[in-house]
Amino acid sequence: MTEMEHPVVVRELTRRFGDFVAVDSVSFDVRSGEIFGFLGPNGAGKTTTIKMLTGLLTPTSGEGRVAGFDVLRERNEVKRAIGYMSQRFSLYPDLTVLENIELYAGLYGVTGTRLDRRRTWILDMSELWDARNRTTEQLPLGWKQRLALGCAMVHEPPILFLDEPTSGVDPVARRRFWDLIDGMAVGGTTVFVSTHYMEEAEYCHRLALMNRGRLIALDAPRALRERVVEPILEIRCADAPRAVEALGGVPGVLDVAMFGRSLHVTVVDAVAGSDAVSSALAGAGLTATDMRVVEPSLEDVFVSLVRAQGGALVG
Amino acid sequence: MSLDSGRLGAMARKEWIQLRRDPRSMILAFVLPLFLLLFFGYAITWDVDDIPIVVVDRDRTAASRSLVDAFVASGYFTVAEHAETGRQAEEDLVAARVKGILTVPPEYATDLSSGRGAVVQLLLDGSDANTATIAQNYADAIVARHGARALPGNRARAAPLRLEPRTWYNPNLESRHMIVPGLIAVIMSIIAAMLTALTIAREWERGTMEQLAATPVARVEVVLGKLLPYLLIGLFDVAVTVVAGMAIFGTPFNGSVVLLAAMTLLFLLGALGLGIFISAAVKSQVLATQIAMIATYLPAVLLSGFLFDIASMPFVLRTFTYLIPARYFVTVTRGIFLKGVGAPVLWPEALFMLGYAVLGLGLATHVFRKELA
Repeated sequence: MTEMEHPVVVRELTRRFGDFVAVDSVSFDVRSGEIFGFLGPNGAGKTTTIKMLTGLLTPTSGEGRVAGFDVLRERNEVKRAIGYMSQRFSLYPDLTVLENIELYAGLYGVTGTRLDRRRTWILDMSELWDARNRTTEQLPLGWKQRLALGCAMVHEPPILFLDEPTSGVDPVARRRFWDLIDGMAVGGTTVFVSTHYMEEAEYCHRLALMNRGRLIALDAPRALRERVVEPILEIRCADAPRAVEALGGVPGVLDVAMFGRSLHVTVVDAVAGSDAVSSALAGAGLTATDMRVVEPSLEDVFVSLVRAQGGALVG
Repeated sequence: MSLDSGRLGAMARKEWIQLRRDPRSMILAFVLPLFLLLFFGYAITWDVDDIPIVVVDRDRTAASRSLVDAFVASGYFTVAEHAETGRQAEEDLVAARVKGILTVPPEYATDLSSGRGAVVQLLLDGSDANTATIAQNYADAIVARHGARALPGNRARAAPLRLEPRTWYNPNLESRHMIVPGLIAVIMSIIAAMLTALTIAREWERGTMEQLAATPVARVEVVLGKLLPYLLIGLFDVAVTVVAGMAIFGTPFNGSVVLLAAMTLLFLLGALGLGIFISAAVKSQVLATQIAMIATYLPAVLLSGFLFDIASMPFVLRTFTYLIPARYFVTVTRGIFLKGVGAPVLWPEALFMLGYAVLGLGLATHVFRKELA
């Protein structure tokens, strides 16, 4: 196993804050050139793990190697080898697009003709040529996000860390952003990305599911979905919140969750389950306008895995 | 950790651009120093003149009028009123319309011409001790001179012992000449810490610090990169206030410009470092500004020797003044402005300021943790 095949190697990485264990003995490898997704609710330990891997936070114990460098002892080498984009895509709001690019270029030692080339690449990629002399505070969030991505890539790092890069951005801009990420991966960059948007996780080649500081599963999205063995009923109902109440504790029903405007009900058996659900709804004076067995979403996978381990969700 | 000039340059350039676009920093850097100079320069003065007095002339002779005229002619006193009675005059004193009562007794002219010697009374309002002391000194001098002239035959008796005082560096003892150089030192301590107090706290508040920390930039590069633009502004501010002090207040400048620039540089390193240290320690712009204000303003005004003579402070306070960087800079500016002294005299101050520069920058770099715990 070399750093060429596995640019990120994590072994029993742990971080405590006092009595609270934010990251609990997490181990995994990231393959070269893949989009590695880090999925979990807020507080699951995603950001803490990323901060340890980018040299921003010292692990309490365990080991991490990024681009072949030790995250504890070779922080500066790690920082040179990676691009990092934080949750707040921290650009300087009072600097222009170009000034932000040139600042990060200077900090990463990108100068001369290489700077010219990278500046052009970033402006092309982010489509910010027309806005290049505007201060970033005037830009829409989606534009800032693309610029922040460009700044993180100014030194052409082999590994890119993105901590919830799409939080607060509208779905169209998010979609476009993921196309850019995909392009980076095709170009050979390894992308390590965390998110709490389940639907975004589908873009990842492999997903690490985090809950309460622990890694609960690691696999391709499709393989993860296949792990859910219990049938899931999607129910449409006029008053979804009341339906959730009505279905709680019904025998044969394992879990009820709001899923957009409908409900996802995990049952032990599809046939017996639908009967139990119908009668429970009728008992509460509600009727299901539509009820069918569906493929589990990643959210269902998540809930199912957490339940299988007897745990509870954070938040 | 090695210092990379490319990263340092990138930080300094960025800081310079931000400074130029931030109206608050621009006001702090370019408007406030001149405003403070004018404000304090005009407001603070120990020169007392036109002291209002009320005259109770019980003699009403040419001689008594001549004495009162001597008071007025000195320029230090003005006669606000001529009172008939002592009671009436007292009312003026109580109501603070006047600072003193000059009473000329009956028989003043007779006593004076007879050679017996006359006594006049000056009653002063001691609730303003400073003015009272000065008024008393002026009155002493006026009466002594007037008395000598009023002697019959105008023959001055030679006193057996005579002091001939002469004041160097500020021969007319104009307090403004002492205030302005000290004021420049005080203004720069405040401005320097206020300017940099914002810088690191702002990065924390905006979340850009995390992004910086993820780059290979070293702590010392961040601190120095932030320091450089403010160092230039500080030097510029000192130049402007020095020129303004000379042009507006007529303060003499007898020393070396180069020495002042070098000393200013030393002082600014410490003062700016202190601001960065505060900013890095508290991580909040509002709090950092307040702490910078408290940590610099009061000590610089009260304990630097700017307003109050350090030598006459109680031991504990006097010891404490050694901790105030402004103390050394006040000594330096006054020395260079008024005495024209050079490095051979000011080296201890230079050494202390160098110590503070090392301490300030060291603390700033140390406390500013790049790690986000």
